[in-house]
Amino acid sequence: MTRPLRQTIGAHYGWKDWLVQRVTAVVMILYTLGMLGVTLYNGGFDYALWQALFANAAFRIATLLFGLAVLWHAWIGMRDIWMDYIKPTALRLALEVATFVVLVAYAAWLAQILWATRQT
Amino acid sequence: MPVSDPPVIKRRPVYLNLVRIRLPLPGIVSILHRISGAALFLFAIPIVLFAMQTSVESEDGFASLRTMLANPLCKLILVGLLWAYLHHFFAGIRYLLIDLHVGDDLAPARQSSVAVLGASLILTAIIAVRLW
Repeated sequence: MTRPLRQTIGAHYGWKDWLVQRVTAVVMILYTLGMLGVTLYNGGFDYALWQALFANAAFRIATLLFGLAVLWHAWIGMRDIWMDYIKPTALRLALEVATFVVLVAYAAWLAQILWATRQT
Repeated sequence: MPVSDPPVIKRRPVYLNLVRIRLPLPGIVSILHRISGAALFLFAIPIVLFAMQTSVESEDGFASLRTMLANPLCKLILVGLLWAYLHHFFAGIRYLLIDLHVGDDLAPARQSSVAVLGASLILTAIIAVRLW
């Protein structure tokens, strides 16, 4: 008698999250070093320079990428914290959902800041 | 061994008492990595977004942010979050290197955890002094 092969155990999302946490970390390291370089090169920021930076498409895209890396990284990290310490399922689920909703809202906020039409 | 021996119930030590746990240095880096990460999520992300929005919106916003930054309490919170970022940053790089089996023996792992703790604290102190 043959039976179909099936996955017996495990949620199998662990390895992907493990990898995502590291890839997003590398993205954040690169952005941090880049922004550190820009800051040191200019010796700080005044308003004009700040505006010029935000007008630069490369900066906006890099910052959006950085922001998404931060938010994805924060999602995995916070979910791990909730899973480790919050035992009642309903409370844990509520905190996870709240975390996720807040992070998506932050992503929208960041996009709005980066691409808002500003006075010049 | 006689069959009639009573079963031995071992009282195994379970040190979940946080006061009694003596955490090794890499363990201290690890728990601080978690605490700093939570702090960054709870406080740094919304603060940075607020600061970005305010500073880029208008010249007045930029100036008002400068005024807010002059407040000692704001500076203190900022220095705390700066430490959280730096610790999380350096500890994270340490974990990435350990993933690549760089310095994952006991002695280098201890040394690198001291380096992470020291580098983040010293850099925070230097920037804090410059901020004040």
